[in-house]
Amino acid sequence: MEGKKITILIVDDELIVRESMKNWLEEDGYVVFTAENADDAFNFLGRREVDIVFLDIKMPGIDGIEVLKKIKSTYPFIDVIMMTAYASINTAVEAMKLGAYDYLTKPFDPEYVSMLVKKIVSHRDLERENVKLKERLESALKQVHIVGESKGIKKVLKSIEEVAPTDVSVLITGESGTGKEMVARAIHYASMRRFEPLVVVSCGALPEGLIESELFGYERGAFTGALYKKKGKFESANGGTLFLDEIGELTPKMQVDLLRVLQEKEISRIGSNKTIKVDFRVISATNRDLRKMVEEKKFREDLFYRLNVYNIHIPPLRERKEDIPLLVEHFVKQLRRRMGKDIEGVTPQALKKLMHYSWPGNVRELENAVERAFVVARGKLITTEDFSFMGNEDDKFDIPSGLSLSELEKIHIKKVLEECDYNVSQAAKVLDIDRTTLYNKMKKYGISKK
Amino acid sequence: MVFQRSEKKIFISLVDVPKSYIDSDMIEKLSNIFRRRIIIQFESLSLDKFFDPIRDQYHSTEILRYFIFNHSISDGDKKCIIVRKDLFIPILTFVFGEAHLNGNYCIVSTNRLCERFYDRTPNVEIFKERLLKEIVHELGHTFGLTHCLNDLCVMHNSFTIEDTDRKSIYPCESCFEKLDEVL
Repeated sequence: MEGKKITILIVDDELIVRESMKNWLEEDGYVVFTAENADDAFNFLGRREVDIVFLDIKMPGIDGIEVLKKIKSTYPFIDVIMMTAYASINTAVEAMKLGAYDYLTKPFDPEYVSMLVKKIVSHRDLERENVKLKERLESALKQVHIVGESKGIKKVLKSIEEVAPTDVSVLITGESGTGKEMVARAIHYASMRRFEPLVVVSCGALPEGLIESELFGYERGAFTGALYKKKGKFESANGGTLFLDEIGELTPKMQVDLLRVLQEKEISRIGSNKTIKVDFRVISATNRDLRKMVEEKKFREDLFYRLNVYNIHIPPLRERKEDIPLLVEHFVKQLRRRMGKDIEGVTPQALKKLMHYSWPGNVRELENAVERAFVVARGKLITTEDFSFMGNEDDKFDIPSGLSLSELEKIHIKKVLEECDYNVSQAAKVLDIDRTTLYNKMKKYGISKK
Repeated sequence: MVFQRSEKKIFISLVDVPKSYIDSDMIEKLSNIFRRRIIIQFESLSLDKFFDPIRDQYHSTEILRYFIFNHSISDGDKKCIIVRKDLFIPILTFVFGEAHLNGNYCIVSTNRLCERFYDRTPNVEIFKERLLKEIVHELGHTFGLTHCLNDLCVMHNSFTIEDTDRKSIYPCESCFEKLDEVL
């Protein structure tokens, strides 16, 4: 959280509640004070500026509703959240009418309370919008670490700055491994929706039969195996940002469904007739030529224009080689922290080798290469020898002829797993798929550590 | 910049938890992140007195309090208590763990980290990765780190197991920088 810290006062006669809430909210980075009765609360409010008050509705000797009235009349800018051990609709309605921000029944759902406070913080930020914009952008870029000084990357940063404060749909294009998700994250963290969820959907990884239930969610009993009701991705992204990665892989049916959701801004879970309003910003990404796909009638034109209101193109690494030294320095620093190895950088010869390579897998390939070299390096600097696995640029990947696509996939997965000594997390990272997908594929192909 | 290792230690205290839950890979990663020696120890402690029959859960703050007042620990050393029981704090329905912010103690429950809890087939690798993330998260609090907005950072708050699965075992660069200042 940047800038002024949000100050919260908890008013409750029970010590255990005051302590628990204080500890828990402090972990979120807020400044938290407590008061055990109304007198202490007003003494405190008279001395210090407070943003949010959590107020117990039943305290000995005084009615919380009376305290609420007094707070709202003296300090109208304070957001008050009422708390109670026993839910009573009448009291809740009265509290809300008197200006309480919300009404909670103990024990609280941790996610709900945290989101509630973030929502208040976000509204307060909105009021100070202009002052916060630059600060927020800097903080967002620090979070995702987009590294580079080249003209190409500077253009990307400028675009993020331009588009983040707006609510328009963004289409990020670029080859695989260029960092499209990082750009999407930077836009989200610099936007007004940053306290709300960023939901990532990898359209290419969704199995055909599961796409609908994953995106729309379902009610209990909607189909065989639906033991519980489940929120879909659209609903989970409500208030925040939906990042649709590999958008070019969407099936024609899902293209129609997505377009409908974007136009109508409402969804229904599978097995339910009830419509739910959804409000999210859409950022999508692809390494395919969507315009060409539109011409070939493989991608809906209306959906394309809805997604591509603002386009950010990330250049491949071979077109911004001047960023390689900075990227290498960044990865070495990151690995040094993670692996606890005292390596300071790469030798000039090794850097030369990296500069001469064409990096078809872009920044992700560079990151993996530096990681592999870092692991085997013995000295203070990573040498050309440590990068020997890269071979020569002319080396070709030797693919036996007559293989089916799944046979090829099996061979490749096995090879990567062997290289990673069957560390599934590491292999999943190299293959750029999630761990669960890798486990499923290992099961499908009968691959296990011998 | 060369990272110095501290003389201080981190104790991982297992309460009715098998040693196999913490393997050498986890110890190495913890040691690298916090730049301290990691010592595994067993704690013979009955958690019965911390049990709340109404909630059918164990009061994590009280367990932490017990350790703070009944165990001596050298200043600057940290202790992470691992239990199998489901934990709560009075205001919340459950917690994966709790920490004394800027203090010496934290606690992690393995109860909701196992796939079995979600009616799915148990998977040791997934369980261990989740446990490591929760340990790093709670220890991070004892070093003064607060929750991070970046959902890939280990210091991002976990409300559901999906939140835990999404995040990395490592702090993001910003949180690592804050950690550098106190390590």
